[in-house]
Amino acid sequence: MAKFQISPNFQISRRKFLTAASLGASGIMLSGCDAFDSQLSIGSGLRSFLENSNGLTYRAQRLLAGRDKLAPEFTEADIRQPQRPNGVTAPDDDTYKGLLSNNFADWRLEVSGLVEKPLSLSREQVQNMPSRTQITRHDCVEGWSCIAKWTGTPLSLVLDQAVVKPQARYVMFHCLDTIDRSLSGDIKYYGTIDLIDARHPQTILAYGLNGKPLPVENGAPLRVRVERQLGYKMPKYLYKIELVDGFANVGGGRGGYWEDNGYDWYGGI
Amino acid sequence: MESVARSQSATGPDAPVSSDSTLIYRQSRWTRLTHWIWAISLFFMLLSGLQIFNARPQLYIGKQSGFGYNNTIFEIGAENTSAGPRGYTEIFGHRFDTTGVLGWSGPPGNETARGFPSWATIPSYYDLGTARVVHFFFAWILTTTLIVWLVASLVNGHIRRDLAPRLDDLKRLPRDIVDHAKLKFHHTREYNTLQKMAYGGVLFVLLPLMIITGLAMSPSMNSVLPFLNEVLGGRQTARTIHFTAMLLLVGFFIIHILMILAAGPINELRSIITGWYRTDPPAHDDKTTERSA
Repeated sequence: MAKFQISPNFQISRRKFLTAASLGASGIMLSGCDAFDSQLSIGSGLRSFLENSNGLTYRAQRLLAGRDKLAPEFTEADIRQPQRPNGVTAPDDDTYKGLLSNNFADWRLEVSGLVEKPLSLSREQVQNMPSRTQITRHDCVEGWSCIAKWTGTPLSLVLDQAVVKPQARYVMFHCLDTIDRSLSGDIKYYGTIDLIDARHPQTILAYGLNGKPLPVENGAPLRVRVERQLGYKMPKYLYKIELVDGFANVGGGRGGYWEDNGYDWYGGI
Repeated sequence: MESVARSQSATGPDAPVSSDSTLIYRQSRWTRLTHWIWAISLFFMLLSGLQIFNARPQLYIGKQSGFGYNNTIFEIGAENTSAGPRGYTEIFGHRFDTTGVLGWSGPPGNETARGFPSWATIPSYYDLGTARVVHFFFAWILTTTLIVWLVASLVNGHIRRDLAPRLDDLKRLPRDIVDHAKLKFHHTREYNTLQKMAYGGVLFVLLPLMIITGLAMSPSMNSVLPFLNEVLGGRQTARTIHFTAMLLLVGFFIIHILMILAAGPINELRSIITGWYRTDPPAHDDKTTERSA
């Protein structure tokens, strides 16, 4: 050990300190970090306090990224593999399976809620609208990334066609896939984005992936691409777009399925 | 201002035991306050970060994660073997059995497949959403504190006086390495060369790198700073650098604690809590006199 130039008196306190320090350190390590668990569940005080920073993060991103800054786009050479599917990859819902068996001939995209002209569009009608193709990187909240080419209808065109009422603030996506089961029945995937992201030039309702029709595992017949956010903000198996003025009637009230399970509503980071 | 070093004569209750050692005011309140805010922030960022990592316990090189091809350089996982489930850690293709800590861990009989063990993560159970809330909250605290420290330390002269490398530091380096290896410490007002390198490395390299690679992983920030990932080598490389910088920070923390314990924890702790530090008695050899400015 080191040569300490200290008094005997000091050595005792050093020994005491070392004992206390090692006890404290091993206490933290052994008890694990379950010390904080009870304070971190949704709705608890500490959790709610920490969640305040989500709002700060959101405002900072909005301030910097603005309305129209584009997510990076890549080249064909960057497409090195099929798009990795995640979440539900084969919906077991009868409605979905029925639509799939008929190659989505009976599928309709409904646009409803706070709009002047509710719409019911067939697959052909959606695909006959002007399209946008973009090679972008899909970032999953889990940490992985995958680059693919997406083709779809800009959501802003659909919104313009339906004429959004001024009091509308969010676009809610209703999906055909059951993501969870609860006592009150099956929970089908749902989520919201605000009108800034809904009208972003790269926000499309995608029906094509890597030059082919969108496969079932990636969300056929239609899925959302919101390129400045994480994957959980891009619902698959879409059948209804509802314009809403808040989250009161959106699942548990936090703005989406994963949000109700603790994810931040703004998935920009 | 308090940044001016003051010497105090050996009187009063806090007086040095040895009649010729001296208490000096070594750490300004800015240094002390930011030090402890970082300590708390880095604790929570580390443990929530390991939880976030557990959601995808692999690291890749490049723009994306290889599923149809292999660009994985690090992986923690679990596998079934004839001897039951085992945890493994694979680094650059070399696989190590890490059962009990990495890949497969938990109370006896209740082990589960998880990257880092529950004692090293916040929350202890798998919860990516909560870990992200904790991580980003403390990211704000850490970054704000770093900026406050930078401004304060430029104004009060801490950076120029204590951290800026000097030609003399280079000359002292071999001697410093030998002294540290022998656990022979000189208690002076100024930092020795290895201290300057360690503190400067953390404050000017690792923490900024953490912030930059963290921002590079954000899809919205990619639209603001698209060149970041181009410079870093892609989002997945940024994530790998983020993880590597974490390992270096943990390494710094371990050495930091060991050095404090070896150099005299009461004196070191007092200086980072109260600012007051007991320096060695005036040296009997030229070398130390030169050091005790």
